[in-house]
Amino acid sequence: MNTLFDKIWDSHVVTTVEDGPTQLYIDRLYCHEVTSPQAFAGLRARGIDVFRPEKVYCMPDHNTPTHDQDKPIEDAISKTQVDTLTKNAKDFGLTHFGMMNPKNGIIHVVGPERGLTLPGMTIVCGDSHTSTHGALGTVAFGIGTSEVEMVLSSQCILQSKPKTMRISVEGKLNEGVTAKDVALYIISKVTTGGATGYFVEYAGEAIYSLSMEGRLTLCNLSIEMGARGGIIAPDDAAIEYLRNREYAPKGEEWDKAVAYWKTLKSDADAVFDKDVLFHAEDIEPMITYGTNPGMGMGISENIPVMESIPEAGRISYAKSLDYMGLEAGQSLLGKKIDYVFLGSCTNGRIEDFRVFASLVKGKKKAADVIAWLVPGSWEVDKQIRREGLDKIFEEAGFALRQPGCSACLAMNDDKVPAGKYAVSTSNRNFEGRQGPGARTLLASPLVAAAAAVTGVITDPRKLL
Amino acid sequence: MKEKFNITTSTCVPLPLENVDTDQIIPARFLKATTKEGFGDNLFRDWRYDKQDNKIDSFVLNNPIYSGEILVGGKNFGSGSSREHAAWAIAGYGFRIVVSSFFADIFRNNALNNFVLPVVVSDAFLAGLFESIQNDPKMEVEVNLPAQTITNKATGASEYFDINSYKKLCLENGLDDIDFLLSNKDKIEAWENK
Repeated sequence: MNTLFDKIWDSHVVTTVEDGPTQLYIDRLYCHEVTSPQAFAGLRARGIDVFRPEKVYCMPDHNTPTHDQDKPIEDAISKTQVDTLTKNAKDFGLTHFGMMNPKNGIIHVVGPERGLTLPGMTIVCGDSHTSTHGALGTVAFGIGTSEVEMVLSSQCILQSKPKTMRISVEGKLNEGVTAKDVALYIISKVTTGGATGYFVEYAGEAIYSLSMEGRLTLCNLSIEMGARGGIIAPDDAAIEYLRNREYAPKGEEWDKAVAYWKTLKSDADAVFDKDVLFHAEDIEPMITYGTNPGMGMGISENIPVMESIPEAGRISYAKSLDYMGLEAGQSLLGKKIDYVFLGSCTNGRIEDFRVFASLVKGKKKAADVIAWLVPGSWEVDKQIRREGLDKIFEEAGFALRQPGCSACLAMNDDKVPAGKYAVSTSNRNFEGRQGPGARTLLASPLVAAAAAVTGVITDPRKLL
Repeated sequence: MKEKFNITTSTCVPLPLENVDTDQIIPARFLKATTKEGFGDNLFRDWRYDKQDNKIDSFVLNNPIYSGEILVGGKNFGSGSSREHAAWAIAGYGFRIVVSSFFADIFRNNALNNFVLPVVVSDAFLAGLFESIQNDPKMEVEVNLPAQTITNKATGASEYFDINSYKKLCLENGLDDIDFLLSNKDKIEAWENK
């Protein structure tokens, strides 16, 4: 009668506060430099140690420049924040993959690729895209800095148990439709707050047809509809993905782990608080037009007219379109764009670079487009070069940058100037996200590649 | 230690926009801080100040007729990032209470952990409140945490609001979660050894 989420949650309950939250044990804490300084300062102020240092993995990613990482960071405040994490990891005895460490990268890319995220775990990080790790069958969610301090001090967190929602996508995905499109489609239907209070489980034929990296992309975006997290029950593909990863169990431990992982699924008669069904055939390549990830549409569609917006939301809708310099009812096809960003914890993995390369191969980057290709980690960069994708990019006029969160939120110097349009494979199109006044259009690596070579919003299926 | 919550009566600052996200509440460039100080100055920074750092007169925080400890926001307030810096900015500016018909989860938790009380009201109450504030910017709202009621003193409309009893206790007594967790170490070790 239990869902997978229930099983993992319930098995991690240490105690319950009467009439209050659950004290949940956390198997893995990922720590980056932006949301941890005050947490470590709190520990120092209390004069206490990290309770379970072996369960904590640290790395900088938000501030890291995507060039000249071997030199000191020029932005003094960024440098301080990155150095603070290095010092905290050292003082508290935590594993830390610093800049230029071959294991460094965006934390939600590194965790899975290193085998640090394993099915059945509870995982937290001071970052809302922690939901990414749910693709490997974990209960993973974002938390605030005070909660990071809680986990550092006790390896536990106090949380109220969310409700459960199953989102099934049945059928077969059309050509040119990627996991990113599936995610943006779902969010456009569920809306930006529609899953608030729920932990989502993704199911159905189309979901399981996604590669592991595709599932990471999908789960990554769960927060954009307000979900606490998103989980996909591990199947053979998930198990194969983890085999021989650096920190994954080996030998006898591996066999024991696999036997446990195979039990991780919702019971056949499990009841979810909400059940939603979508059909894969309805999904086409997506693009966002507004200032939250729910404001997305099929690339061949037109921006919704004001009459279709509920009255209470019209002021915000008008403000949104005004910021974006777009008009209700217009099509985006053929719209000139200025920047293309391939990267982020959403789409910064090897398959995303393969897909981008496959479309730009033999073509040239549009002259007016500035393109940032940012691998999600040094490991991804290594693989890009191993597969010769770097040569394809070079031939086509693209340059590879160094790993980090980069233009997703522009905390480093990869900022989109005011008024410029950026087709971005990242996860948020909020006002000012990629730089004050920047206009973000979220899309898949395929749509981004098509825009990069034509210089305008283009349906990638026309170029395949 | 933290200030305790009881009954707060205050004028309100209205922000009748839906989906106010954390990037507006505190833009990413201000997340580079390593302490919790100074965030109030950067609350809604890019809506308050233009690129030359001049105040944008049309933004509500720059309008002197509105003031108070209560911020009233449209539906889905605080959506987006887990940045607790958003709660620090709201608290740092001087707001103790945020009223909306719907809050994003992570923001709501962060607010509570920073002794900012998120009060969830019905759509009708919220609309009524925005109308009252527009009619009289000096109207007051009373938030009674022990009774869990919020009252629009201009119209007399009153509603019960939900809050987790544990969090209510923390807010009423100025307690934080870490003391609680640290006191439970033996239970944690028992769980680890089972």
